[in-house]
Amino acid sequence: MISENQTAEHADLFSKFDPLIKMRSDLLSTGVTDPFGLVMERVISPTVAMCNGRETILLGTYNYMGMTFDPDVIAAGKQALDDFGSGTTGSRVLNGTYSPHKAVEQALCDFYDMKHAMVFSTGYQANLGIISTIAGKGDYIVLDIDSHASIWDGCKMGDAEVVPFKHNDIEAMEKRLRRIPEGAGKLVVLEGVYSMLGDIAPLKEMIAVAKKYGAMVLVDEAHSMGFIGPNGRGVAEEQGVLDDVDFVIGTFSKSVGTVGGFCVSNHPKFEVMRLVCRPYVFTASLPPSVVATACTSIRKLMDAGEKRAHLWENSKTLHKGLTDAGFQLGTTEPQSAIISVIMPDLERGAAMWEALLHEGLYVNLARPPATPANMTLLRCSLCAEHSAEQVQQIIGMFTRAGEAVNILG
Amino acid sequence: MTMDRQDVSARIIALIEPFNKKEVAITDATRFTDDLEFDSLTVMDFVAAIEDEFDIIISMNQQAEIENFGQLVDAVMKLQG
Repeated sequence: MISENQTAEHADLFSKFDPLIKMRSDLLSTGVTDPFGLVMERVISPTVAMCNGRETILLGTYNYMGMTFDPDVIAAGKQALDDFGSGTTGSRVLNGTYSPHKAVEQALCDFYDMKHAMVFSTGYQANLGIISTIAGKGDYIVLDIDSHASIWDGCKMGDAEVVPFKHNDIEAMEKRLRRIPEGAGKLVVLEGVYSMLGDIAPLKEMIAVAKKYGAMVLVDEAHSMGFIGPNGRGVAEEQGVLDDVDFVIGTFSKSVGTVGGFCVSNHPKFEVMRLVCRPYVFTASLPPSVVATACTSIRKLMDAGEKRAHLWENSKTLHKGLTDAGFQLGTTEPQSAIISVIMPDLERGAAMWEALLHEGLYVNLARPPATPANMTLLRCSLCAEHSAEQVQQIIGMFTRAGEAVNILG
Repeated sequence: MTMDRQDVSARIIALIEPFNKKEVAITDATRFTDDLEFDSLTVMDFVAAIEDEFDIIISMNQQAEIENFGQLVDAVMKLQG
């Protein structure tokens, strides 16, 4: 027995993080600027900010449609602050539902032409909540191995059997569906755009297979909303299969330009989710100003055909420019607003990231474990507000930085 | 259809071979992570190969319980029914 004035030796719970701590200190000891410590001192527009006193073009945000400084969006937020105050201080199912929360859910129903919409406090919580709640004990979740962390965490939080398949591999998905015991509930989880390489899923083929085996289908369209598809509803709309999707998951933190997540569905019993989905119930609802900006932004995105066309132009121009300059990209054709540049290793990736910052360009440095196949990526995400001139400037910056750090031959 | 343990064991050893870079000798106690040094990508490919060979599903929940070769053979026998 341990006496009261003695302390037992304890295992440091933080020792499991030692390899990561070492990797980070090794990287920073090379003298490179911390790629995960950038601060924007002032944000000038959706595409330009001041970083370290330097005017910097932003090519690593999810502000695809450039809605963050839209005058109507900002006015709606200010009005809601005046009318409803700074926050709700409560759950959606208690005191946290104001009329702007109902209004944004109606805007989502109109945007997707679906019957039900449920708004969560973040996109992460939308996946976490819906997946963990609808797939229960004895059910099977069949999902792409490159799924976002929020999808994996939703699987981990629930009680279903989790069965991953190789990225975008239709045959591998079918084999797994075929082997599931008869009578078990099945949920197939896919993404429209995979955010690391910017590639899209063959949803038309995959959803047809899922339906053949009687599975329900959930598609995360976080990176396609507002941009892909004739009405900006995402990859499923673009490929003509949105009617076969049971649940669309999305976010306000990308094209919509604020924060929050949602699920839209035509399932006749969908409203019961509001009572049983714990990440919806046991957290405070979004501030009224946030849902008011989201509502205005979503309604404007319904009619943003010209912006969508310009964003496609930007994506195609950057993809071609970087390919011609000699960079290795994540996709052979531009498939989304994300152009991913593959780096030979983390050290040179970080050096390239820093060289770009000195040129006045911010991109995302993505590294394992967030990336597939342990790749280091410089992820570029374009905005509909990037001008054609800015895109040319960006290609020049990449070429100079690539030569400076010996990534281009 | 039932198979004897030795047969299942031999078929799994054949599937390990392409992933067994250091040619570690396989016994029931051989651990996939510690002895064979499988990383998460190798695990995915290896599990897919086993699933195809025996026409079964080994869910991630079940994989979490399997640390060594002997446990895998037992799990495959059980899943085969």
